[in-house]
Amino acid sequence: MLLIPCPYCGERAELEFRYGGEAHFRRPDNHLEASDESWANYLFMRKNPKGWHRERWMHIAGCKRWFYVVRHTVTHRIAAAYKVGDPWPDLPA
Amino acid sequence: MKRYSFVQLLRNAIGFGEGWQEAWRSPEPKPSYDVVIVGGGGHGLATAYYLAKLHGIRNVAVLEKGWLGGGNTGRNTTVVRSNYLWDESAAIYEHSLKLWESLSQDLNYNVMFSQRNLVMLAHTEHELNEASRRVHANRLNGIDAEIWSREKTLAFIPILNGSMDIRYPVMGASAQPRAGIARHDAVAWGFARGADALGVDIIQNCEVIGVRRDGTRIVGLDTTRGAIDAKKVAFVAAGHSSVLAALAGFRLPIESHPLQAMVSEPIKPVLDTVVMSGTVHAYVSQSDKGELVMGAGIDAFNSYAQRGSLPILEEIASAMIELFPIVSRLKILRSWGGIVDICPDASPIIGKTPVDGLFINCGWGTGGFKATPGSGWVLADTIANDRPHKLAEPFALERFSSGRLIDEHGAAAVAH
Repeated sequence: MLLIPCPYCGERAELEFRYGGEAHFRRPDNHLEASDESWANYLFMRKNPKGWHRERWMHIAGCKRWFYVVRHTVTHRIAAAYKVGDPWPDLPA
Repeated sequence: MKRYSFVQLLRNAIGFGEGWQEAWRSPEPKPSYDVVIVGGGGHGLATAYYLAKLHGIRNVAVLEKGWLGGGNTGRNTTVVRSNYLWDESAAIYEHSLKLWESLSQDLNYNVMFSQRNLVMLAHTEHELNEASRRVHANRLNGIDAEIWSREKTLAFIPILNGSMDIRYPVMGASAQPRAGIARHDAVAWGFARGADALGVDIIQNCEVIGVRRDGTRIVGLDTTRGAIDAKKVAFVAAGHSSVLAALAGFRLPIESHPLQAMVSEPIKPVLDTVVMSGTVHAYVSQSDKGELVMGAGIDAFNSYAQRGSLPILEEIASAMIELFPIVSRLKILRSWGGIVDICPDASPIIGKTPVDGLFINCGWGTGGFKATPGSGWVLADTIANDRPHKLAEPFALERFSSGRLIDEHGAAAVAH
């Protein structure tokens, strides 16, 4: 069970949250002209790293707000949680 | 390689088992191979076996970073079936099921494939409609499938909860009589023994740490046991496919998640079939040792940690108690997680990659075990002839740009 530090409500159990997958990828500019490949990149392709991962979570059973978490995909350690619009914290070494 | 037979068994019993040979060699890696398969699970070993057996390509190595079948091949719930909704999926899974039916004879290795029927419960009117749609689609594709009434379902599975006072009473089911289970370790060992006998080098404890390219073409791999040149390479690494793709310089539409499963303590025979339920989400069969083998869902978040997860196990336990009240006092013997490669459309990716000479077979997600022989068969053909096998064509990586997805989420009923 993960203990997730919601930036609005503090630490809560994993069961209170919804996972939103990889964070910070950008919809293609000029979407009418964007190629099929750039749409595929945006919609489907993922980094899926074995290591630190910036990801989205929503506190569905609490404040119902989206935020970002930096979590390690092998140890599950959470290094940081930050609000939408905040500067991105560095990934731990 | 000595063939296994009754005479062999008798002779070695008299000799106190001293005469058994090792099932496969453990050679040092050669400096170069015609084909290198990365991943020594069932799919990778099957690919090597069919390359050597059907296509005469025997200068082949299988590289495995751990031990054979120590990944998802040894961590699944061993369900084999082919009752998928869409034509493309039905074709490849049914091809695989047909190979399963003669696999023990073909490999001269008992994979203990037991066709014991598979019953997918329907708990709502909507689910019954979906089930009959799928059964009709299956029949059009030549797959055995049946719709069962509530009475027939309850009579077939005596320990099933028949009460109408539960949240999701059993309304009926769809069934596939030719589906069943197999012995997962034996599948890896049987393919390994068969491939080794045909000259394939199986190299364990050998992790790929780099991909060597000449322009757009792959020319070899750097491994923890030295550099290996290769004319062609195939990545068959399930949950770690994204890591390998990153080494080769491209991305995949895959996210890795732990899939959870557990077994109960052994009990006397109570369940002689496979039962699945999409609504309460559980799938269960009883092993020959008497344990109930129960499969659960995936952890929602990306992870490469092969660890059990209590919230998911609690869900499967509550689903099991609702379906089978008889199990409520059973102890859990062990639980585990395997890292599955989830694709956006819940269908695999088989075929070429943006790198010339590099092939990939991944994205089987939560249901790859049933496809083991078929997946190896079509990938071997694809590698040998440098073009996608007819059954693999719809599963190319390009479908994510063309938009022609094969959406088996939900369509194939439950998880696997």
